[in-house]
Amino acid sequence: MIERLKGLQYAPDALDRTGMAELIVQAQGLSRRFGRRWALAGVDLELVQGESFLVVGANGSGKTTLLRLVGTALSASRGQLRLFGLDPSRDLFRIRAELAMLSHQSGLYDDLSAAENLSVVARLAGVEDETELWLERVGLELRPDPVRAYSAGMRKRLSFARLLAQRPSLVLLDEPYGQLDPEGFDLVDGLIRDLAQGGATVLVASHLVGRAALHCDRALLLHEGQPRWLGPATHIVQAWQTLHGGVNS
Amino acid sequence: MSSDVAQDRMVLPIGLLIVGFGLLLVAHYQGLFVVPAEAAMGDVYRILYVHVPCAWVALVLYLLAFFAAIGSLWTGRSRWDARVEASVEVGLLLNALVLIQGSIWAKPTWGVWWTWDPRLTTTAVMLVSFMGVLVLRSMIHTPARRAVVTAIATIVAFVDVPIVYMSVKWWNSLHQMQSTPETVDSVMHLPLRMGAFGVLFLSLGMIGLRRRVAEQGLVHEKDAPDLPSPQSPLELDGYQGGEE
Amino acid sequence: MAILRKDLLIEWRGRSRLVALFCYALTFLLLFSFAVGPDASALQKHAAAYLWLAVLCVSTLLLVQSFQVETEQGALEALLLLPVTPTALFYGKALANTVFISALGFFALPTALVLFDMTPVGPTWMLALVVVLGAGSFAAPGTLYSALTARLAAQQLMLPVLLFPLVVPAVLAAVKATSLLLEGDPMGQLPIWLAVQVCFDLIYWSLCGLLFSRVVEA
Repeated sequence: MIERLKGLQYAPDALDRTGMAELIVQAQGLSRRFGRRWALAGVDLELVQGESFLVVGANGSGKTTLLRLVGTALSASRGQLRLFGLDPSRDLFRIRAELAMLSHQSGLYDDLSAAENLSVVARLAGVEDETELWLERVGLELRPDPVRAYSAGMRKRLSFARLLAQRPSLVLLDEPYGQLDPEGFDLVDGLIRDLAQGGATVLVASHLVGRAALHCDRALLLHEGQPRWLGPATHIVQAWQTLHGGVNS
Repeated sequence: MSSDVAQDRMVLPIGLLIVGFGLLLVAHYQGLFVVPAEAAMGDVYRILYVHVPCAWVALVLYLLAFFAAIGSLWTGRSRWDARVEASVEVGLLLNALVLIQGSIWAKPTWGVWWTWDPRLTTTAVMLVSFMGVLVLRSMIHTPARRAVVTAIATIVAFVDVPIVYMSVKWWNSLHQMQSTPETVDSVMHLPLRMGAFGVLFLSLGMIGLRRRVAEQGLVHEKDAPDLPSPQSPLELDGYQGGEE
Repeated sequence: MAILRKDLLIEWRGRSRLVALFCYALTFLLLFSFAVGPDASALQKHAAAYLWLAVLCVSTLLLVQSFQVETEQGALEALLLLPVTPTALFYGKALANTVFISALGFFALPTALVLFDMTPVGPTWMLALVVVLGAGSFAAPGTLYSALTARLAAQQLMLPVLLFPLVVPAVLAAVKATSLLLEGDPMGQLPIWLAVQVCFDLIYWSLCGLLFSRVVEA
C-alpha cells in the first residue's frame, strides 16, 4: 500500500521564489572527459521545478556521469551548469544543501543500525528525526541490527529513506530500480511521483526505460556521451528503439 | 613562432646555470686554494664552502616550494604545480647533498658519521618528508587531484621544518655555531657568499629547466582530444531539444 | 558535535577492532622488552620512548581504518551533500580520533608501567594531559593524511611514511614530558615540553582544518 508522504515540505525556503516556475537545472554544452575519453559531450538541459526527468542510454552512455555532474560530485570539463540559478564553483555549499543523490554506493555506515544512520543524517541536516516515518515510507521495519547484515534490496530502501530525510529540492536517482523486487519497483514509482508532486525536481537515470517513462514528464536519450533525443517521456521508448532497436527503425 | 618564444624563455634558466656555475668555480678556487686554513680544523673545513651554501639554498628552495604550493592551491593552474614539483625535486637533491657532505666532514672533524644536533636532524626529517611528497605524487594519476595533494603535503611538510628545528634544539645541541659573517673570518666571507649565490643560481636554473619539463608533461596530459561533433537528433515527433 | 558522536558510535560498534588494536599495542611493548633484554634499568630508562612508539605505530592503523569507514560505501560523498562544511567534518573526525588514540594511550601507559616496573613521580592528571596532547598531535595530521591517501591502494603504507617524519617534534615532546613525569624533573624542563606539545597541536589543528576542504573535493 503506497502511502502519501506526510507533512514533508519541499519548498526551497532558502531560495528566492519568483512567481513563475524557475529553472532548477540549467546546463549548456555540459561535457566531461576522463583522460582522453569524452564520457559526456555537449549536453543541454533545462529542468523546471517539480518536473520529473528521465535519462536513458546503454551502459557507458554517460548517464551516471551526467547525474554526478548535476549532483556536483564531479566538475565539468567543458560547458556551463547552473543549479537553482547558482554557480557551483561559487555557491557549492548552498547548492548541496538542497541536493540529494541516490548512487550506486549506498552511502551508509555498515556498523550502525538503520535508525542510527538516519538519525545521523537528520541531525546533520538539521531536521526533525522522523526515522519511523521514513522507514515506513520505504517499507522497512525498525530493526536494531547493523546495516552490514542487510540485503542489497534493504540497503537500497534505506538509501531512499536517507534521501527523504534530507528533504531535498533536487533529487538525483541513479538506477533506482536496481536490486529491488517487484514490490520495490512499485515503491520507486510512487516515490518519483510523490517527490515531484511535492515540489521537488527529480532526475532519474534508468535502464527500465518503459517503466520509468510512465512516471516522468520528459526524457533524454544518450548514446556514447552525446544527446540523441529529448522530448516527452511518452516517446522515449520509441526513440530508444529507433536508435538501438531492430530491423524496422 | 612558438619555438622562438620557447628559445627566449630558455635563455634565462641557461643563463642562470652558466652564471651559477661560474660563480661556483671562482668560489671554489678561492675556497680551496687562496684562503688560508682555519685555525681549529685545518684544511678539512674547506668543504664548508659547498656545504653551507647547499644548506642555505636547500632551505630557500623548500620555501619556494611552499609558496608555489600555496599558489597551486589558490589558482589551480598547472604552472604552479610544475613549480612545486621542480622546487621540491631540486631541493631534495641539495638536501641529500648536504647530508652527504655533512657526513664527510663529520668523520675527520668529530670522529663520527652522524650526530643528533638540531640542524642535522632537521635536515634528515626534511629529506624524508619531501621524499614522501614526491612518492605520494607519483601515485596519483589524475592531474587535478595530484596537484592538490602535492600542494597540501608540501605545505604541511614545510610548516613542520621550524618546529622540528626548535624541538631538537631544545633537546640537544652539538653542531657548530651558525656560520654567520660575524663568526666567520672576513677572508672567508667572499668565497662563502659567492658559493652561496653560485649554488642559488645553479639551483634556480635547474628549477627553471625542470619546471619547463614538468609543465610540458602536464600540458600534454591536459591536452584533450576535441569534442566529438554533435549528432543530429533522431527523426521523431515531439523532439524538444534545440536545433543544432 | 554530531559528527563526533557518529564516529564514536561507529567505533564503539566495531569495538572488537579496538580490542585488537589494544592487543597490538601490548605486543609492541612486549617486543620492545624482549628486544632490549631483561635489564630492568635499561627498560626503565627508555620506557617513555617505547610507550610512544607503540602508540604511534598502532595509531596509523586506527587512522586508516577510521577513514575507510567513510569510503567503503561512499558515505563521505553522501555526507558532503548535507549542509555540513568539510571543516566541521574534519574536526569531528579528528576529535573522535583523538579520543581513540587517547584511549589507546590510557591503556598502554599503565601496561608499560607494569611491564617495566615503574611508578610515576609526577601527578597522574599531568600524565593524562600529556597523553591527550600527544594523541591530538597524531590525530590532526593523521586525519588529514588519511583523507589525502584515501583512494590509494598503498594507503596503509603512505600514511606512516608521511605521518612519521611530520610528528617527530610531537613524539619528542611527548616522550620527554612522559619520562620527566615518570622519573622526576630536577631541572624544571617539563613546561617547555608541554609548551611544544601545545604549540604543535595548535598549529596543526588549525592548518589541517583549513586544508581539509580541498582534500575532499572531487
